[in-house]
Amino acid sequence: MAQVNERLKRVNEAIELKEPDRVPIFFQSNYLPAKVAGLTCRDAYYKQDEYLEAYKKFIIEYDPDLFFTADAPIITPGPIHDLWGTVQMKWPGHEIGVNSSHQFVEGEYMKQEEYDDFLNDPSDFLIRVYIPRVFKNLEGLNMLPPLMLTVLGCYGGGFWASTFAQPQLAEAFEAMLKASKTAAEWNMKFAQFHKEMAEAGYVPSHTGPVLVPFDVISDLLRGMRGAMLDMYRVPDKLLAAQEKLFPLLLATAVQGAKATGITRVFIPLHRGADGFMSIEQFEKFYWPFTKKLILGLIDEGLTPMPFFEGVYDQRLEYLAELPKGKVLGLFDRSDIFKVKEVLKDTMCICGGMPISLLQTGTPESVKEYTKKLIDVVGKDGGFIMGSSTVLDEANPELVKVWADFTKEYGTYH
Amino acid sequence: MSDELVKALSELQEEKALNVVRELLAAGEDPLKIMDACGQAMEIVGKKFEDGVYFVPDLIFAGEILKGISAEVKPHIAEGAEQKRLGQVVLGTVAGDIHDIGKDVVHFMLDSNGFEVHDLGIDVPAEKFVEKIKETGAKVVAMSGLLTMAFDSMKQTVDAIKEAGLRDQVKIMIGGSQVDEEVRVYTGADAYGNDAMSAVNYAKQWLGGE
Repeated sequence: MAQVNERLKRVNEAIELKEPDRVPIFFQSNYLPAKVAGLTCRDAYYKQDEYLEAYKKFIIEYDPDLFFTADAPIITPGPIHDLWGTVQMKWPGHEIGVNSSHQFVEGEYMKQEEYDDFLNDPSDFLIRVYIPRVFKNLEGLNMLPPLMLTVLGCYGGGFWASTFAQPQLAEAFEAMLKASKTAAEWNMKFAQFHKEMAEAGYVPSHTGPVLVPFDVISDLLRGMRGAMLDMYRVPDKLLAAQEKLFPLLLATAVQGAKATGITRVFIPLHRGADGFMSIEQFEKFYWPFTKKLILGLIDEGLTPMPFFEGVYDQRLEYLAELPKGKVLGLFDRSDIFKVKEVLKDTMCICGGMPISLLQTGTPESVKEYTKKLIDVVGKDGGFIMGSSTVLDEANPELVKVWADFTKEYGTYH
Repeated sequence: MSDELVKALSELQEEKALNVVRELLAAGEDPLKIMDACGQAMEIVGKKFEDGVYFVPDLIFAGEILKGISAEVKPHIAEGAEQKRLGQVVLGTVAGDIHDIGKDVVHFMLDSNGFEVHDLGIDVPAEKFVEKIKETGAKVVAMSGLLTMAFDSMKQTVDAIKEAGLRDQVKIMIGGSQVDEEVRVYTGADAYGNDAMSAVNYAKQWLGGE
């Protein structure tokens, strides 16, 4: 247990913008542990025991202060996708190679003219219209009667009791039942894994992730193209839908964190980055609910861990509005030295190591850049060493050099 | 009248632009001239994107308005003259990667800057690039990829172009948010970029057009 305290203490002190004993290091390891063990990305989606064993071995050997939670690369286990017939993503071995990372398939799963249906009765729309579109094998749910019909209570026999006998609906329910059994097994093993790791003194980055409302709409409901056209054609509805989603997203994230006792909440940000929208669009459509979500988590005593994917160089002043010492910001390709300048008194900065260097560099070039990061971004604390993005294809030898050198050179006292 | 169209489309006023087009058609304007005006407007849109005034949503919306206009105008165009193009570019997201946003923006920008774009789509195997270069004689290849695994696909594609004996006849650029000089050297490409404008600049440099 002494180990847990030491690593966690280091991470927490960095989050509080202090100088720990040395610069902590975070691995956004993703598929790398599977690859190091000779497993495929597909194995991570189908062979949980082998995958978790590989993950454990990797963490013990490479010894990061904070490790990317083992559930992170697995956006729902493979057998569940098979049962549901998932449409919104390709997972390894399904329409992409067995060693390809999972990738998302955006589409207009909710049409622009359906905003009102969603806003008026979200659950009814999602269950009867959206779910049948995004899971091939759950299409039968479109045969459900309007859910509000259940208000008829004891009269139900005449109105909706018989719907459930329809074969398509029965098939959908059967798929859901089977999937829920699989989900329970996987969740139990993940929980067991994290418990064992905690006992051995290792600290996971987070539990379940949460998306900000704009990204839920853009990634899952309307597609990026759809959401961006909505900014012009139905801006009020785009905002109303965010308003509708917000309380649910916050509550789910809080509940998840409290249930596991892991206080860091991962928020991968997708469409707010420089280039994806103008500052005006960011101010109107992206930042308000993003900020609200971050503040809401802080109010609950949690540590939001936004991943500012892409570049945020033009938006750093907005990030500086956040409360001091409460946020762990992961940065991808932003100018990390400028990030330090603008945000050093606001949030703990994590990132900076270009993934390209860990993939194609040399031990010397990796050490040289690590030194520069520690000297400049690590100055006065508030810094966690991290890679710009996931380590999927990183060279394990270089990762080792990077981690060891951070520990060796990154001491404060 | 067509100035009005250029203004409306380049300022992304959808209804106004469509109304002007309908009026022009009703007044018997040459449909090719209308499409010319649209071309000018899209050039302005591209320029505004380049200057950081417009962003991805604006490009998407401009494309959407243009689609609406084309639908109105197309039926009035007889089998017609082709626009003169500056040169050809073979474009695609490399094998194993299905991300299309960056590629589509590059497509838009190359197109609005007068290049003929052969867009192979996403998850494009190396052989497809090679075939297309052979078929079209294009002198520029642009490869896109978001994933870090794309670095290897890019390298394999460059190698395949080499093996086909085509390396000397093409210039190759790679693009994506994670690519940098390190990756350029690794893949053997001639240039890299993190935004669509750099793609346009390389194409101009390599094919002329300034």
